[in-house]
Amino acid sequence: MAYTIDAQTRRSSWWHKNQQQLTPWLFLAPGILFFLFYVIFPIFQSFNLSLYEWDGLGQAEFVGLYNYEELYWDDAFYTSLKNNVIWLLLYLAAIPAGLFIALFLNQTVTGIRLYKSLFFFPFVISQVVVGLVFTWFYDPTFGILNVLLGSVGIPPINVLGDEDYVTIGIIVAGLWPQTAYCMILYLTGLNAVDPEQIEAGRLDGAKGWRMLWYIIIPQLRPATFIAFVVTIIGALRSFDLISIMTNGGPFGASRVLSFYMFEVALSEYGFRMGYGAAIAVVLFLIMLAFIAYFLWSIYKEEKAR
Amino acid sequence: MRSMLKTSAAALAILATATSGAFADGLTGDLKIFLDTSNPAPRATMEKMIADFQAQNPDLNIETTVIDREAYKTQIRNFLTANAPDVNTWYAANRMRPYVAAGLFEDVSDLWEGTEIGENLASTKGAMTIDGKQWGVPYTYYQWGVYYRKDIFDELGLTEPATWAEEKANCQKIIDAGKKCYTIGTKFLWTAGGWFDYLNMRTNGFDFHMDLLTGKEKWDSEKVRATFANWRELIDMGAFIDNHQTYSWQEALPFMVKGDAAAYLMGNFAVAPLRDAGLSDDQLDFYQFVEITPGVEKAEDAPTDTFHIPANATNKENAREFLKYVVSADVQTWINDGKNLGQLPVNAKSSVDKDKFLEQGFEMLSTNSPGGVAQFFDRDAPAEMAKVAMEGMQEFMVKPDNLDKILARLDRSAKRIYDN
Repeated sequence: MAYTIDAQTRRSSWWHKNQQQLTPWLFLAPGILFFLFYVIFPIFQSFNLSLYEWDGLGQAEFVGLYNYEELYWDDAFYTSLKNNVIWLLLYLAAIPAGLFIALFLNQTVTGIRLYKSLFFFPFVISQVVVGLVFTWFYDPTFGILNVLLGSVGIPPINVLGDEDYVTIGIIVAGLWPQTAYCMILYLTGLNAVDPEQIEAGRLDGAKGWRMLWYIIIPQLRPATFIAFVVTIIGALRSFDLISIMTNGGPFGASRVLSFYMFEVALSEYGFRMGYGAAIAVVLFLIMLAFIAYFLWSIYKEEKAR
Repeated sequence: MRSMLKTSAAALAILATATSGAFADGLTGDLKIFLDTSNPAPRATMEKMIADFQAQNPDLNIETTVIDREAYKTQIRNFLTANAPDVNTWYAANRMRPYVAAGLFEDVSDLWEGTEIGENLASTKGAMTIDGKQWGVPYTYYQWGVYYRKDIFDELGLTEPATWAEEKANCQKIIDAGKKCYTIGTKFLWTAGGWFDYLNMRTNGFDFHMDLLTGKEKWDSEKVRATFANWRELIDMGAFIDNHQTYSWQEALPFMVKGDAAAYLMGNFAVAPLRDAGLSDDQLDFYQFVEITPGVEKAEDAPTDTFHIPANATNKENAREFLKYVVSADVQTWINDGKNLGQLPVNAKSSVDKDKFLEQGFEMLSTNSPGGVAQFFDRDAPAEMAKVAMEGMQEFMVKPDNLDKILARLDRSAKRIYDN
């Protein structure tokens, strides 16, 4: 008896009526709160901070757009911006490289799992380790690179000490783990390739490059899209390799925006919070342009279906 | 018999200070200490020193926190504002200015009154003074100078140089023998600042150097150009190791250890790793940076590490007693000896450890630096200026032809940094 009364009150309660609508929001609530507090709110805070001059200790002084004006005259800012663009372009090489390694590894040979793990390995180890390994590799006096170059008669190159080579040298180090990442994306994508379509293509006489280009790659579109997004974002937020391998040097030639921001705002000789925030805002806007483009293209695709 | 009398007298004296410490000033309450001495040897020294202070004040509740030296440089900004300890370590001169300006360090001028600290620590008083007040006490300092391979000098028949001409003549002979004169690693920039400090202080003198670093002189001036011209003579000779921009100062040590480079302009902290790498005291020696412009009084770099009381500390009286204890002659003698910090004591009544380099350094600083004692480039200049300038010096060492561009850039930065 008591049970039915209890059940009846529950059934008629407000919570019971709206349960279906409310539950997802309850599950989302912690995530949304954290996202608002740790992501959205600081973005606006940075916007605000970029209008001030502040050393992190004393009183912040409102300077309007002065920080941006100074950015306009700052050579180091342009060096960083230029390097960001180089990163963006060269880092994309990880996508085709990842694709070809994935195609190569997508075979049934004994021990293929071991080969796959070996190729994936650089993505698992820390960027700090990758940076150190490549620093030793490039070392102008003791590194293997110059030993190898020397054996074919090329004079030694100081990759990390030369302003023309340093950014490319770091990107090459960054491509090692990034290629592994793209490879794993494509390997999972290749699992989803429809065997019947391949069969049909074969019957129509497609093989080799034509098979790859017209049958396989179109089916890998979702994987390519994700690889593109992670590579672009990865290129724009490159920081740890630069910090480990060159510390921004020689004389600031390998800085990118995120590293320059860290340098002026948080490093040993920095503590110009407002100026750092202004750089962060610029970087944010660049990223926003890319992300908006991606969202737009997803939206277009979904609508087309 | 005489020696026995002496020992017992010394023992009595120690007993007297120990007892007076334990009974007269037995402190009570709390004392929270933050240290940046995170390397194993200095850390052990500091902990032992604090343990002794604890033993003298059994009722005092001491809490010590050791923070990684690099992390400390950013954390200090947080803990001085919120959750301040009672005592913290830091560096002298301009490096403490931001905290003094923000009102985060306690004015301890009262400690410096009277002879006990005021006279015995007179040599470092200037480094602790901003706006006519003292903001902390030093606990150690060390000399800079040229550390060189004596065996290589002997082999080539060279002697310690005293003038710029001799320096260059020596260097030429070393280069002719297929070696480099100086090793240096400028990856983290400050090592280049050391060279500039010496070249500029020897070319233009201490006062000009300080005026330049505090924004009273322009970088694009004839005097600064003269300094860079002297530097360029060495660069054009090929005196420095190749590819120095890729190495940290530690990574530049092997060149000297292996004998590919003959000398290193460095602080005394370089001696320990050089000895650890297998160089004996017969192979390693030290000389004061040579005279360049005759008549310019010699000045030296001797960076000073310090203790401060945060303005937000809760137990300032206990903290003051601790600072007095740290700078006292006996404590200074033993924390700076070769088995501990291996540096120079700041108290004139202390004795310097019987170490070849410490003795030479102490003598140089006390008798042969009439020009003055500088802290170091990045401690005398404001942090931002130091960063831009040292980056320019690194660029100059690799591409000396860019000098005009570099100097123009420095003046532009100086205008912004000093006008604020």
